Amino acid sequence: MAPGAASKETAVSKAPSPEKASWFLVSPLVLVLGVFLVLPILTIVTVSFWDYNEYNFFPAFILENYSYLLTSQVTLATYLKTFKFMALTWVFCAVIGFTVAYFLAFHVRSLPMQVVLFLICTVPFWTSNIIRMISWIPFLGRNGIANSTLISAGVIDEPLEWLLFSDFAVVLAFVHLYCLFMVVPIFNTMMRIDRSLIEAARDAGASGFQILTNVIIPLTKPGIMIGSIFVVTLVMGDFITVRFMSGGQSASVGRVISNEIALLQYPAAAASAVVLLITVLIMIGIMMRFVDIRKEL
Amino acid sequence: MTTGTGKTRINRRSLLKGAAATAGLAVGAGAVTGFPTVWAQNIKNVTLRQFGTGVSNLNEVAAKVKEDLGFTLEMTALDSDSVTQRAATQPKSFDIADIEYWICKKVWGAGNLQAMDTSKIKNYDKIVGTFRSGKLTPDSVIAQGTAPHTVGFVEGPEGKTFVDNESGWMTLIPTIYNADTLGIRPDLIGRLIESWTELLNPEFKGKASILDISSIGIMDAAMVCEAMGEVQYGDKGNMTKEEIDKTMAIFTEAKKNGQFRAFWKSFDESVNLMSSGEVVIQSMWSPAITAVRSKGIPCVYQPLKEGYRSWGGGLGLSANLSGIELDAAYEYINWYLSGWVGGFLMRQGYYSAVPETSKNFMTEDEWGYWFEGKTAQKDIVNPQGKVMEKAGAVRDGGSFYDRMGAVACWNAVMDENKYMVRKWNEFIAA
Repeated sequence: MAPGAASKETAVSKAPSPEKASWFLVSPLVLVLGVFLVLPILTIVTVSFWDYNEYNFFPAFILENYSYLLTSQVTLATYLKTFKFMALTWVFCAVIGFTVAYFLAFHVRSLPMQVVLFLICTVPFWTSNIIRMISWIPFLGRNGIANSTLISAGVIDEPLEWLLFSDFAVVLAFVHLYCLFMVVPIFNTMMRIDRSLIEAARDAGASGFQILTNVIIPLTKPGIMIGSIFVVTLVMGDFITVRFMSGGQSASVGRVISNEIALLQYPAAAASAVVLLITVLIMIGIMMRFVDIRKEL
Repeated sequence: MTTGTGKTRINRRSLLKGAAATAGLAVGAGAVTGFPTVWAQNIKNVTLRQFGTGVSNLNEVAAKVKEDLGFTLEMTALDSDSVTQRAATQPKSFDIADIEYWICKKVWGAGNLQAMDTSKIKNYDKIVGTFRSGKLTPDSVIAQGTAPHTVGFVEGPEGKTFVDNESGWMTLIPTIYNADTLGIRPDLIGRLIESWTELLNPEFKGKASILDISSIGIMDAAMVCEAMGEVQYGDKGNMTKEEIDKTMAIFTEAKKNGQFRAFWKSFDESVNLMSSGEVVIQSMWSPAITAVRSKGIPCVYQPLKEGYRSWGGGLGLSANLSGIELDAAYEYINWYLSGWVGGFLMRQGYYSAVPETSKNFMTEDEWGYWFEGKTAQKDIVNPQGKVMEKAGAVRDGGSFYDRMGAVACWNAVMDENKYMVRKWNEFIAA
């Protein structure tokens, strides 16, 4: 197939109908998505029905991968745990992200200052994800900086064990890693709010809080939703943060998949991946029902 | 210009001729004496790609191969899960697999490795009995689990099933092995530790750790449960579903009670847990102990009365190897067993498959300390020249025969592997 040649020919002989032209225009995208998205997913779905042994996996049609996955207590426990991480991370990222974006958009008046402060927010992202996460470990440890500072300040007598290798540590790392994904889209939508709307609200006698809840939050909803989609999908798919920050003691869906891959159980991993994909798609579907992002953008 | 081209052509042709002749000579010499006495120019162009775990995939070895044998050895160090993956699924990506015996049991059936003719292995007769008959000394009792000799031989070059005798066709040539036990921080524990049960002692609540590699972790768990008298095993290396359930139930309960500080998966994680004091007792590997000690932090590889959990690794040849590459691979293996590598590895605390050749590459004091369990006369330094032990130190666990003679089980892969992995995942998720 040569879309370039075909379209040229059509252009020479007669003007293409708008419908045909749009088909040609989307074909590169269709091709790219088809090869790099649809095909791999179809492969994963196919493999999820295959059978495997210690060192190999081979074509078959078995439902055992799914039947074990969907009936096992581990799956339920793992999903509940992952949802818990996701929900906590989302709440903290949303609150912090919104506050930071609000400060940048409405309190900082000059544009150069806004740009400077925004860039400062991105500074931590100049180093790798993993390094930012791992640097928490010596900080939070039993004999780490946090504990020794608290002890020398006389706040506590015994080191706090729950600071590291705990759910607290996992959520802390997630919030630290993914908060910016919330700040950016919210800041972006806030900057596009027509300032006269706020003036109008004030003229109509609205209090600061009323302006926030009745004007700013509704108008920032698309930004919040885009940020939420980032945070939710990143947390749902994560495996390394959970492993390091929980000291390997907590499971997440991503870790289960990575374990299965490590043990060469590719069909089982594929089945887990399909279930995770469906779960995340459902979640995004629900989120999309609250805000029509395409209309708002 | 023309003359130049002509010259080059003649040169190239004569070179090729010479190379072919010397190649024939080299192959002939190799077959007759097994010595790499004559090296053809073209064997220097051979590159062997080896992969394995970090313990034995060392750049020093590759450099020495280049120096002694002339050809290039490319090393890739991976973690044990990735090693298994590659051996099983990417046969074209390697020439030599440096894998553990239990991994061999897992992946041999995939047909990516070829058996080795032991008549081409010069030092075959000097290889430690553990890897041939299974017995370290004639009256040794063979330990449970995947003992190396059980997966060490197949019936022929194309053999797919393991045989229980020295058939002359070896799956892996043993390289290094060791006896593993628990590592402790004597300064933070302050009393004698002599049983595996201590791992679950409530005294160390929140300060214990176990490794999260299911096939090895379950063995450490079994050592603990057996020592506690809670579970009796037919074979810890091949548990029944019921035994797996009981073992994991005990460990899940301990986990829920907060016994464990963390689980570790990689070498450096175990070092960090121990040296930071997050953990005072945990499953550990020998070089990790050394790494902690070299930071000036006391750490003991504690011998325990129930015995050791042992492991061994070896070199396997890719099924794709043939011709000059195969010859080079055999030369490499013969060189590997001839002592230099053995000495290099033994000075880091491992054991070599042919200790008597390694002895030639160690000082008497080093040999006494590492192998015979004698008191070090001078400071013991590692191959990089770093002081590992002060004069007067004695190796934890004593001599080679004390340590390797007290092996209770070998790292293994079980018949109920799939079930065990699921139960292990439940334990991690609990």
